[in-house]
Amino acid sequence: MSLKSLTKDWEPMSYGFLDASAKREIRRKTLKAIAVPGCQMPYASREVPMARGWGTGGLQISCTLINLQTTVKVIDQGADDSVNAASIRRFLSRVSGAPTTMDTLKADLIQSRHRIPEEKLREDQVLVLQVPNPEPLRPVQPNMSIARQMHADADYGRMWLQLYEQIVRSGRVMQGASYPSLVHGRFVMTPSPIPRWDVSKMHMAKHLTILSAGREKRLHAVPPYTRVEPLVFDDVPYQVEEHQDLTCARSGAKGFFMNEIPQDDGSSTYEVSDSEFGVKTIRKGDGEPVEIGATWYHAGEMTQ
Amino acid sequence: MMDAPQIVKTRPLLIARNVSKRYGAVQALQDVSASVYPGEVLGIVGESGSGKSTFLRCLNLEEDPDHGSYTLDLPDVQGNLFDLDRYARRMLCATRIGIVYQNPHLGLLMKHSSSGNVAERLLIAGERRFGVLREKARDALDASEFPLDRMDAPPIELSGGMQQRVQLAKAIALEPALLLLDEPTTGLDVSVQALVLDTLKKLQQERKITMVIVSHDLGVIRTLSDRVMVMKGGQVVEEGLADQVFQDPQHAYTQQLVHAKL
Amino acid sequence: MTVLDVRGLTKGFTMHHLGTQMGAFEDISFALQAGEFLLLKGKNGAGKSTLLRTLYRSYLSQGGEILFHSDHGVIDLARAADVDVSFLRRTEIGFVTQFLTARPRVSAQDLVAEPLRLAGQEPTEALRAARHWLYTFGVKEELWAAYPTTFSGGEQQKVNLARALILPQRLLLLDEPTASLDVHARAALVERLGELKAQGTAMIGVFHHPGDVAALIDREIDLTPNAFQDEDRKDVAI
Repeated sequence: MSLKSLTKDWEPMSYGFLDASAKREIRRKTLKAIAVPGCQMPYASREVPMARGWGTGGLQISCTLINLQTTVKVIDQGADDSVNAASIRRFLSRVSGAPTTMDTLKADLIQSRHRIPEEKLREDQVLVLQVPNPEPLRPVQPNMSIARQMHADADYGRMWLQLYEQIVRSGRVMQGASYPSLVHGRFVMTPSPIPRWDVSKMHMAKHLTILSAGREKRLHAVPPYTRVEPLVFDDVPYQVEEHQDLTCARSGAKGFFMNEIPQDDGSSTYEVSDSEFGVKTIRKGDGEPVEIGATWYHAGEMTQ
Repeated sequence: MMDAPQIVKTRPLLIARNVSKRYGAVQALQDVSASVYPGEVLGIVGESGSGKSTFLRCLNLEEDPDHGSYTLDLPDVQGNLFDLDRYARRMLCATRIGIVYQNPHLGLLMKHSSSGNVAERLLIAGERRFGVLREKARDALDASEFPLDRMDAPPIELSGGMQQRVQLAKAIALEPALLLLDEPTTGLDVSVQALVLDTLKKLQQERKITMVIVSHDLGVIRTLSDRVMVMKGGQVVEEGLADQVFQDPQHAYTQQLVHAKL
Repeated sequence: MTVLDVRGLTKGFTMHHLGTQMGAFEDISFALQAGEFLLLKGKNGAGKSTLLRTLYRSYLSQGGEILFHSDHGVIDLARAADVDVSFLRRTEIGFVTQFLTARPRVSAQDLVAEPLRLAGQEPTEALRAARHWLYTFGVKEELWAAYPTTFSGGEQQKVNLARALILPQRLLLLDEPTASLDVHARAALVERLGELKAQGTAMIGVFHHPGDVAALIDREIDLTPNAFQDEDRKDVAI
């Protein structure tokens, strides 16, 4: 027996960038997070060649899950072609050799910032969401030790009070993105800053969602077929952004989440926020053989 | 020592036995016992440092005594409440015990709306209908004689007397079995003090809430209490019917207190 | 039928700040039957009011027994638990003074009707009875719905009497209820006391002018021998 037989050859970099022990820790914490849906699990959060706050949490999950057979899609606020999305996609591909795609239907692993694709995800797909602030109680309880006790006690009165106050002051719930949601009837989580439009997509979804905050060193998960219920009063219905009647100026798609494009004359036009979905819609309109998957929303209404 | 009750067969709602608490060298409470019957108002008098407020905080389960027992005779509330875990304590305090502190900052979220402060209790108890929350908050504020056109104003913008009314509304919103009052009118102007006392008296008569009120002000205790307990140096030196303690005080310290009253 | 059996009752006051004891009365014994009216006599300071307050447990006795034959059996008021005393004060033992304990924002008629309501009488019936007694004691009708906190002393006294006497009780302690009462109200009071007496209420009274109630008096107890110098003790009265 020699040292050489016990150790691996030197390599300039570990597969998937993170070293094996870092990946093992993340796998363990991810399993824990899946076992206790919505519960935040602390993890070490290693350094990656990207600044904190730019998706390091999501990147570490992706680096851990990736292998040569994983087709990766990366989106940033719905777009595959933004600088950030393109950089992360290229990085993941270079450190793992994994194939990449922009098509939601063809992806195995989707890392996303602030959106969930419009096409329904399947049981074999994993969605990784980048989370800036994983603690939904932070606005009502700045002391994180007490916040953890509150989670343990399911003490969410203050969260509800927050909603009450918003309705009293503004006549409606003002919370836009990061709408606090109850997972599996037990833990309140922040679903990352996805619009309210997307929160319902998590409810009883077929896919696994992993939400990871690199700077805050916490991750939580929504396993497949798990209840995700936005906190709402029984008599004040949950309202999504009013994009039902908007039409995409480029693709003609209607009834999906839109980006507003301000015009010089003060008016606005709209483009579908899920860029690849828009691209596919245009191609299909041009008669190309493009497959568009079933969407969560149909004619602007959530289908279940 | 008086005989055990012969005629009244109902059990006391609250029984505290031998509650003791020490802070370093200071014995804040030494074997303090008390019982309060349903609908009764127990007044606790004593000067600062007598342990009366510490005792009240123990009754509100926010302070852990070194030893002693505390029971409430309520359906599905069993055993020594000092043994309850954090979760059970919180639920019990939120649903069965109301408290009004001398300092409104202790009892209120100063920048939330007044109605929201009241609604929080109901939210903790599981109410999820906005309309019902509004209605019940309004009712509780109304019962505390809070001007309803100000119900959504934050306490920080209100006068001291109004802040105490918000605390009171919050305390009674869930119709608690026990209402604890810690110097509820101390620090208020005399005229405002009279109005708050007046509200308390009215509530007590209309709702027959069991109360424990702590004050160094004999007038306040006299106005509200059926029975009085006098504390000094962490111990109970005298207790009895309110009129008896005030008209025929037995202990030297009580006599001194009563005589010092203008 | 015996209502009250007082045996060897002794009361004095310990004044800790002076380090002295002051005796009020010693070893008083008497029995009182249902429907009997007992007058307490004695010089000013003889301890008449002190005895009444001791019987009511506003003062704590220092010795002896106050055996009260209640609906719930015989109980020693000198040693009874506070809750029992409170209960009996609500149901069986009345104490009538010339002073009203007015309560904020409770109207005269509600105040008077309260003992009946607490005893379980139907509210409109209780209110009707309350108005009757306010009328009988000569309280002006326009004051019935007003708050007695603002009334003159004389009107308050009448409201107080109406309230104290509306519900027949087993034992009534009267501490100079006629003092400064006008002729009409005094006559109404005497008539009401006679009525209650006929219904079996036992009474012990202190009167400045016993002549007012002469017709009702069955027996007298003179407390003078144990002269007690300072009845209006400033140090214990609030």
